[in-house]
Amino acid sequence: MSRSRSSSSLDLNQAVKKFFLSAFVVFAFVAYAIHERLTNSSSASAAADQGAPGSSANAAASDPASSNPAPNSSSSGGAASASSSQAPAASSASSNASGYRDGTYTGPTIDVNYGLVQVQTTIQNGRIADVQFLQYPSDRRTSQRINSIAMPYLQQEAIQVQSANVDIISGATLTSEGFQMSLQSALASAH
Amino acid sequence: MLIDPVKQTRILMGMPVTLEVVEAAATEPLFNEVFTYFQYVDEKFSTYKDQSEISRLNRGDLKFDELSEDLKLILGLAEQTRRESNGYFDIHHHGILDPSGIVKGWAIYNAAEILHKRDFKDFYVEAGGDVQACGKNTEGRRWRVGIRNPFNMDEIVKVLSVTDCGVATSGTYVRGQHIYDPKKGEDAQSDILSLTVIGPDVYEADRFATAAFAMGRSGIDFIEDLPGFEGYMIDKAKQATYTTGFGRHVLSDPIR
Repeated sequence: MSRSRSSSSLDLNQAVKKFFLSAFVVFAFVAYAIHERLTNSSSASAAADQGAPGSSANAAASDPASSNPAPNSSSSGGAASASSSQAPAASSASSNASGYRDGTYTGPTIDVNYGLVQVQTTIQNGRIADVQFLQYPSDRRTSQRINSIAMPYLQQEAIQVQSANVDIISGATLTSEGFQMSLQSALASAH
Repeated sequence: MLIDPVKQTRILMGMPVTLEVVEAAATEPLFNEVFTYFQYVDEKFSTYKDQSEISRLNRGDLKFDELSEDLKLILGLAEQTRRESNGYFDIHHHGILDPSGIVKGWAIYNAAEILHKRDFKDFYVEAGGDVQACGKNTEGRRWRVGIRNPFNMDEIVKVLSVTDCGVATSGTYVRGQHIYDPKKGEDAQSDILSLTVIGPDVYEADRFATAAFAMGRSGIDFIEDLPGFEGYMIDKAKQATYTTGFGRHVLSDPIR
């Protein structure tokens, strides 16, 4: 009796162990599935986009849905309607930007509520070749060095001005009413 | 034959839009088609235009089932981005919908698709500081993208070397604090001036740059946790914080 009793207590022990082991396995699987799902949602769109510039251009042309950036549309239930017509309205093509006289034109200084904006544009061959800011608002508040909590994986450096040639410049949107008004005036004087 | 078609800039959607195509097959009609597309997007989504579809929706002139497919798509993408950014990306401002935070990257992406469908491989489309860079530049190298110095717009503080990806920057230095923080109910007031995001394409880079910028200092952590994205954040102390894999995109010898 005692033997069977000890074996039943052993069974119970093993059952508990089994339970926890299988619970762990199930949990690990679920965690892995979630991780895969999260990772795939981004990498899938990355893969799709990397494919696009190459030879798949023709395939994309015959499939309007694939040309729209609608990542996760399969997994997230797709609030987005994928069958959008992204083709531009072919009508209303106006010959904007042409018809300017060559030269450099400076717009007036426009006071926007956070500073002054003045734009200069250069016209070459009747087209805008360059747009320069003569004045722009900048944050001149000197601030104390802000000590951020050390983040283990992110790195920090003091910004350093570079003197290299670049093809493109990335910066915050050059959209502002002041910019537009100064630019429009500069272009108006180019007519 | 009239004009060198390699590179053209026009003012569309209230900002300079530039298309440069390396391949000689680029013709004037191609440039016109791309720029006309931006015009189309502007006429549909500009909150500054009274007759744009978004303005009509905001006035209550349109019901949801009357909306165009493009507008429904944009609203869907905006909602998706809101969820993916824990609510930091939000097109609801003061009771109206302003989807401009997602429209620009989407428009640049679609403009690049116009070229891809015509088998162009080496070009970039840039609008208001966000760019889709494809293939190689005129020297046969990867495109060199400078990150603008938020303290001096004539300067750059980093040179990236990229291909077949998108680069977008959210910042405050031109329009003031123009990124709205939906959680605080006011314009995002942080000590972050500029956040540049490199992503698989400009649509992805732009929407997450906008969302992460609204998060303030923790925005760079958000980018760090996004697979396939890298970020470079500049604060008011002129310190930059960047993600683990950002260095892979930095041009090692920018001065040649």
